[in-house]
Amino acid sequence: MKHLLSAAILLALFIALPFIADAVGQSSLMILGARMLAYAIAAASLNLILGYGGMVSFGHAAFFGVGAYVVGILAYHAGGDPLLGFIPGTNQMLITLPVAMIVSGLVALVIGALSLRTGGVQFIMITLAFAQMLFFFFVSLTAYGGDDGLIISRTNALFGLNMRNRMTLYFVTLVIAVLFFLVLWRIVHSSFGGILAGLRQNERRMSAMGIPAYRYKLVAFVLSGMGVGLAGALEANLLRFASPDMMHWIKSGDLIIMIILGGVGTFFGPIIGAAAFMLLEFYLAGWTEHWPLILGAILLVVVLGTKGGIGGLISRLTGGRT
Amino acid sequence: MSAILQIEGLVKRFGGLTATDHVTLDVREGEIHALIGPNGAGKSTLINQLCGELVSDEGTIRLAGTDVTQRPETDRIGMGLGRTFQIASLLQESTVRENVGLAVQAHVGHNMRLFDRRMARRDVWTEADAMIAESGLHGRGDTLVSDLSHGEKKQLELIMALAGNPRLLLLDEPMAGLGQFESQRMIEQLGALRGKFSMLLVEHDMDAVYALADRISVLVYGRVIMTGTAEEIRESAEVREAYLGAEEDV
Repeated sequence: MKHLLSAAILLALFIALPFIADAVGQSSLMILGARMLAYAIAAASLNLILGYGGMVSFGHAAFFGVGAYVVGILAYHAGGDPLLGFIPGTNQMLITLPVAMIVSGLVALVIGALSLRTGGVQFIMITLAFAQMLFFFFVSLTAYGGDDGLIISRTNALFGLNMRNRMTLYFVTLVIAVLFFLVLWRIVHSSFGGILAGLRQNERRMSAMGIPAYRYKLVAFVLSGMGVGLAGALEANLLRFASPDMMHWIKSGDLIIMIILGGVGTFFGPIIGAAAFMLLEFYLAGWTEHWPLILGAILLVVVLGTKGGIGGLISRLTGGRT
Repeated sequence: MSAILQIEGLVKRFGGLTATDHVTLDVREGEIHALIGPNGAGKSTLINQLCGELVSDEGTIRLAGTDVTQRPETDRIGMGLGRTFQIASLLQESTVRENVGLAVQAHVGHNMRLFDRRMARRDVWTEADAMIAESGLHGRGDTLVSDLSHGEKKQLELIMALAGNPRLLLLDEPMAGLGQFESQRMIEQLGALRGKFSMLLVEHDMDAVYALADRISVLVYGRVIMTGTAEEIRESAEVREAYLGAEEDV
């Protein structure tokens, strides 16, 4: 019941946001709001393995960038030469988003299959190394803009909607985000989700119960990569741009900060964290170029002063357990 | 009586130290076979070799006639092995009910279902609730594991091992750290399981060993120096000498 109320409040806020933006004459807030949703999807996807599964990946930006580049590259080839001579380009969102998720999932399968054979700090470093490899690969990919990135001339089309309209684009993003979080909710509360939570708490015990940890962690890693890939694809649509910076390790750090800000291992924490991070970045960056310094101080206060991030603080203030 | 577990010439070396040195023993169907020995004798190493946490350097392990020496731990669990840990190894952030539920779920299967509702699985929770109700943790289902006493954690360890409906239970010092009352209760519980499960019981508490064991093997410096009934072990000068010293009673 409490979760339902939290979901309803968050949904109401996100539904109201474009109308508030319209009322105050700041339509750019709509794009900011849509990007909050994209980053909420990315952070929540990472939280699936970090918060629920106990795997601290420092390379999830790789999947974010891959998702963005799938949209960019497919758009680049739309109406032109096929990709690799046989894959036709497209700017249909119903195709680009699933393809972005599938490609990100495949990349996650390769990275996860190798990195999950390690643990702890080694796992962190290997995921980081893979992400940086992909970063430099796309930097050197001059056919798609190299270091400068790839401009996407048009936002993906969907059911003949006017996707140039910011309000339309915002609500399309919101609907996708709601669908994503419904699916994520089912996964977290499924039999698989229970096993994943068990692995975070005590992998040795789970093995003694006959659970092959590697297999379950790999599935979680792939699902997480697919979610982050979806977020990257949305971000590419919102910015009409894909660049190697999207898969830089700093972006991976941003996602982790969002989770910590909102509350690690909680369902709504990453949404709150992503919104808080984006708002802070938006307003602090307009005030000073040294905004990361202030963000760092705020992060310290949140980590040291709140048990369980902003989400945990809100929960306690409203009489919750954590 | 056929053997559920047959160990032949099992060896585990850690550098220059031989922790288990050509260990040969068997556990018969329905038997409680105790393994005793002083600290550092290699008892826990042997348990870890048997369940697959440690890879053996030499020797063979047969479970119900099948050679499992090279099989991973999860395969062995699937073939009917269950274990408890010397230091309770539980899901600390979860409740007793969640721990038992997960153990039952792991055994029942369908663990890769991504979109079912775990808490609505009757096949899991009916069994888990029944196991808790029949145990010493009745009424403690909603208690967080971190809030349980040491004795209760040991109880939960046993319930979780039983949730896998094993053919052979490896019990690594189930009485360790328990008070007299709790030890007695554990002895009664294990005694009640006699005949239903085969057990290899590693234990220091000799009262518990004598009360429960059908046969006892004595492990000293990684070697089995004797296997016999409680009476035979008690009367053995070799065991007294090697285990506790000649002046003490075993």
